[in-house]
Amino acid sequence: MPEVLRDSQGSKHYLINLNVNGDTYTLAVKGNALLVNVLRDWLDFTGTKKGCELGDCGSCTVLIDGKPVNSCMVLAVEAEGHEITTIEGVSPSDKLDRLQESFIANAAIQCGYCTPGMILAGKALLTHNPHPTEMEVREAISGNLCRCTGYVNIVKAILAVADENPPEGGESA
Amino acid sequence: MYLPDFDYYAPPDLVEACQLVREFGNSAKILAGGTDLLHKMKHTELAPEAVISLKKLSELKGIRYLPGQGVIIGALTTQNELADSPLLHRKYRSVCEAAHNMANNQIRHIGTVGGNIVNAVPSADLPPILMVLGAKVKLVNIDGERTVPLDEFFLGVHQTIRRDDEILTEIEIPDQKTTGSTSIRFGLRKSGALAVAGAAVAVEMDGETCRSARIVLAAAAPVPMRARAAERLITGQQITPDLLEQAGAAAARESNPRDSIRGSAEYRRDLIRILTRRALHKAITEGHV
Repeated sequence: MPEVLRDSQGSKHYLINLNVNGDTYTLAVKGNALLVNVLRDWLDFTGTKKGCELGDCGSCTVLIDGKPVNSCMVLAVEAEGHEITTIEGVSPSDKLDRLQESFIANAAIQCGYCTPGMILAGKALLTHNPHPTEMEVREAISGNLCRCTGYVNIVKAILAVADENPPEGGESA
Repeated sequence: MYLPDFDYYAPPDLVEACQLVREFGNSAKILAGGTDLLHKMKHTELAPEAVISLKKLSELKGIRYLPGQGVIIGALTTQNELADSPLLHRKYRSVCEAAHNMANNQIRHIGTVGGNIVNAVPSADLPPILMVLGAKVKLVNIDGERTVPLDEFFLGVHQTIRRDDEILTEIEIPDQKTTGSTSIRFGLRKSGALAVAGAAVAVEMDGETCRSARIVLAAAAPVPMRARAAERLITGQQITPDLLEQAGAAAARESNPRDSIRGSAEYRRDLIRILTRRALHKAITEGHV
């Protein structure tokens, strides 16, 4: 249970340590603070987008312990103790991640609003399944709505990275 | 979209959690995955004074098999953990499939099996398949615990026999005589859509003869509904295509769906006829799928 602080009005705030993209941030949040708002408004990770805010559109997708979740449906207090990855942390260096490059190369972006969520959903898939089928790719991004592209190039971009991955069973296969 | 404010509690163990829910009664809400609770709070359908999170209760997580008893599923098991469980894949793949076909990937990573049951909506995906397998739920409060067949759990939309001071801790799928089970749902999209209608069945076959059958319909009544007339029609009978057709028709007749934005009552009833027939055929011929 996080430490409880009270402001002059008597409202409770909870002292939490949030691990985002490998860095730890100590924050005092109210119980009702949503992870998406804390990421965007407090920590400036504005690559995490807000769309429906009801868990339908996937534009607020972040990875929690490697799994894609809707950050609009998670309380910030509940995210303590977990590793959060936003689009800003998808690549550990200054260079873009291979999947980000592939989205550009395959023209998988139009307005770009769904892109951070799409990339994180794709990234989570490729991490535990380096050689997905097209159906598995479509399933992995089925919680992410795109209103521009019709998904064709998004699926292509994810599959292109899968094709570059070393074959199953490593070098000897 | 913001949530009304509340006091947040994350009790470290079940005893403390039970004390808190007793203390707050109906002015608190229990938080598991939150995919339903936060949704309702955003629409200000609910504005609890306190939210009591179960996230620290590791004893409510995981799936295990107790020989001679059954499969025990912790209430906090996420829908994706259910879908990906090797144990369930071996024993009742039908439960994995039902979990896999619900909501969307992101929601399934946080939504829990306990939450899907306690929320008690007519279109819920997990109660029908669990009910046909004779599942029981354990309800715990500070004074003790009781185990209740899931069949008797639901009273109406958002209404169950769970008292305000009780926490649903686990679901038990008892060892089976059934030879097959499955559930089929129809939604307007493959992902992220509530079921317009659904049918789950479990059968005990002896050659061509159906020894017993359980059929539960989703989005067919205010609660997940046993289709008892359809069950009676096939029990003890030699299974033929025509009999399955009749069972589907019987389920449609006894169902009581409503008109909604997702489908008219008439449309739903016809879906129930077809889904029941298909589910029976699949469970009879393919086992627990």
